Formats: sequence, C-alpha cells, structure tokens
Amino acid sequence: MAADACIGVVGVSDAETQAHTIRLELVDEPGELLRALAPIADNGGNLLSVFHERGHLTPRGHIPVEVDLESTPAQFDDIINALRENGVNVTQAGSERYGEEVTVVLSGHLIDTDLSDTLSRLESCASATLADFSLSSEEGTGKRSSARLRLAVESGSVEETLATVREVADEKDLRVVEPFVGVA
Amino acid sequence: MRLAVLGAGAVGRATANLAAEYGHTVTALADSSGAVVDPDGVNVAAALAHKDDTGTVGDADPADALTAEYDALVEATPTTLGDAQPGFDHVRAALELDRHVVLANKGPVAERYDDLRELAARSAGELRFEATVAGAIPVLATVEGVGAERVNAVRGVLNGTANFVLSRMSADGLGYEHVLAEAQDLGVAEADPSFDVDGTDAALKCAILANVLNDGGYALADVDVEGIADFPGSALEVAAEDGQAVRLIGEVTADGVARVGPRLVPANDALAVSGTENIVQLDTSHAGRLNLSGAGAGGPETATAVLADVGRLD
Repeated sequence: MAADACIGVVGVSDAETQAHTIRLELVDEPGELLRALAPIADNGGNLLSVFHERGHLTPRGHIPVEVDLESTPAQFDDIINALRENGVNVTQAGSERYGEEVTVVLSGHLIDTDLSDTLSRLESCASATLADFSLSSEEGTGKRSSARLRLAVESGSVEETLATVREVADEKDLRVVEPFVGVA
Repeated sequence: MRLAVLGAGAVGRATANLAAEYGHTVTALADSSGAVVDPDGVNVAAALAHKDDTGTVGDADPADALTAEYDALVEATPTTLGDAQPGFDHVRAALELDRHVVLANKGPVAERYDDLRELAARSAGELRFEATVAGAIPVLATVEGVGAERVNAVRGVLNGTANFVLSRMSADGLGYEHVLAEAQDLGVAEADPSFDVDGTDAALKCAILANVLNDGGYALADVDVEGIADFPGSALEVAAEDGQAVRLIGEVTADGVARVGPRLVPANDALAVSGTENIVQLDTSHAGRLNLSGAGAGGPETATAVLADVGRLD
C-alpha cells in the first residue's frame, strides 16, 4: 500500500517528558486524522493540540496538520515507529531535518540504465533521501518503464535536488516529469 | 465597425459569421487565394459557400482586402514561425494605413512583438490580440485590467490537444498512439499533430504572455519547451497512484521564466483540467490568485475573443 501521509518532526529533545511538534500531511478523506493521531495515545504520548489547516493545501494537494504532544524520548521513538508502520512516512526525525518533499517521475529504459545506480546517485546528492518509490513497466514498448520517486530534501534544496535529477536523467536518456512548483 | 477579415479557416469564418450579430459590417474577406470586397458589406454566407464550392471566398486579389475600406483588420491567417509572414506584413499594411488590427494569428505577437509594438506606436490604429492566448478565455483583458506590472506569474494548460491526450490516456489507461489517433478522428488533433504535442503552440502563447508581462523581448526561441510526444502511460500510472496527474503546463513569470513542459500536479488541483479545456492562473500582487478556464480553441469560441477585442477599440 502506498503511504498516503507524511510527517515532519520538530523539537526533539533528550529531556524526560518533552513537548514535540509534528507536522503531518493528510489526504482529505474521512478518518485520516484519527488514524494519524491514534499512535500518539497508544504509545503513552499526551496530545496537547491539533491545528488542522483545512482549506489550505500543501504543494502535494494534501491538508497540513500540526500536532503538539508531550512524551519521553523513548515514547516519541515508539510513536514515530508506529506511524511508520501505519504507512505514514516520517520525513524528519531526530537530528535529521528533511523539511520538504519532492516527487518526480522518471521514464525510459530504467532497468537497462541501472536503476539502483540512478537511485543511489540521487541519494548521494547530500540533501535528499528516498522516502517512497513505485515502479511500473509497460508491455510491448521495448522495456520502457516509469518510476515515481518521493524524495525528502532539506528545506530550501528542492531546486538543487531537481537539478541532480535532471543531470542523471539526461545522462541516461530518461524522461523526467517534474512537479509543478508554483511561484508564490 | 467595418471589418476586413483575413483568413477563412475556422476562426476567420466564425468571426465573419458573427460580426453582424455584434453590429459590425464585414467589408472584405480574404483567404490565401482570393477575396471578396464590398464597402457596403460582403455577403458572408455567399462568400463562404463559394469557398466550399471552389476553395476560395471570391475572385478578387487577396491583396485588395488590405486596401479596402475598413476600420479594423482581423488577422486570422495560419500561424507561422520565424518572420511570421505573411501575417506580419498584413498587420504592417493595416497599421501604416492607421487602421486598427486585431490578431488571432499567434505568429507576429509571439515572434515579432517588439517590431509590432514599434509599428503600432507610429500608427493611429490600435493593436489587440486577445484571441492569440487560450481562445475564448479573457486572459489578456484580465492582465490589462489588473495591470501587467501587478501580475507576478501566469501559468496554465494552454493547449487543448495535448491536454486531451494526457487526460484521456490517464483516465482510460490507453497508449499514446491510440489516444492520438482517436483525437485525430474527433478533430481534436490535426493530421500533423506536432505543433500541439511538441509543445510549440503552448510555447508561442508563453512567448506572448512573457512579452505582455515583461514589456517585450521574447520570441519562441526564448521559451524552454518540452512536449508530450510518445508520452509513457506508465508515467501517468505511477503518478496516479500518488494522487497526481500530468499536465502540459506553460509558465511565465515577471522575473523572466518562460517554459513549457509536462508537470506533476495534484489530481484535484485546479490546473488538472480534463479534455480539451484550458486553464490560466494569474498570480497578482493585490488580488491573490485568479483562475480562468474554458474553451481554449474552436471557431466561434476564438471568434468571441476576436470580437471582444473589436468591441474594445476606440
């Protein structure tokens, strides 16, 4: 099942019980918020507030939600793990700070051009890590296939990541479909 | 107002047909091989019937239409690239006679904007070209109303053929060639679809918008273009799994970006229009985002934009 929400985490500390802020992106479907919040109480966390920014959409078309909670560091790790097990991608935890995500689609002879090399080169771009991946191959079109890559990137480095994607794709003669990033 | 209509394709025909309804008189109508001129008003229906029978609207020299009695020239001949001829010379001739010019032909505005502006500056005639961007959608009038200096970016789906192909491939899981053939059968795509699927048509519209936003300086070659020819169905499939659609998006900003390419957009985003619909988004300084959508092509639709321009002439 494809992950349908992702979260960013701010304010991790090594104190006993500490306040944490988690940012989630939810798909606009009934029950999504409840599903995302359940692991907090289930793992001993204390929910402080939920700011549900309905009507405002993230660039990916999801609804941003900001959650404040209290927990110990151990409980916090359990909460993050439980969210991951529920199909929620953690894009920022501990000292890693992946503030943004970017989704791209690559098409062409992905397998023949060494897919794992393609992926590792994108990840070696210092600011990106692969958060989600999906591959589809076409029949009867000369081994053509497409992959969707969701990359977690450090805040402010989307353009740098896209430049790396373009460079690798250009070298391997792959078609890139970039996300539309509207200029504010 | 007395109109000389050059070009008797879908847009020229529809403009000539609808002119009377708007209170105008067509005093000249020409296609590439003939013309009909009458200061008291051309019989449009008869001229178009003549074209259906013989291939041309009349027996007069097409050049006679340019020197006929008219207040505004409607330039609706086919778009050409580079020197944008013969459209550019038609515009020049009319402006040099101090007549108004309304363009549906994208070539001169996209490729020779600065030359056009210079001709217009020396003429008592006015120059308008609403119909060159997104058919019936009043994009340029809206930019004019807001003030080009208060429009920070314009983006959108500017080519209905490419949008039809992408949205139909995605909706029905069909291959590129299959959908393109279907589009040709439906008359949505030309026999030679390269102008649309290579992104050229959308790029011309971006060049025009870039000229309007940045006060000139752009031509087709200044727009970064990637088309959708042979677009892979598998790419649409993996995008859809993540709630994303692919659309051929044109983007122009006040700080000089001008590009066209297939982009991922959320499937429920305003930009993800389906079929042949077009959408244009304006980012404005004081009024946030404006979305304008509707028919981006078609005879009566584009003629509606032409006649709106005629109505704006002094």
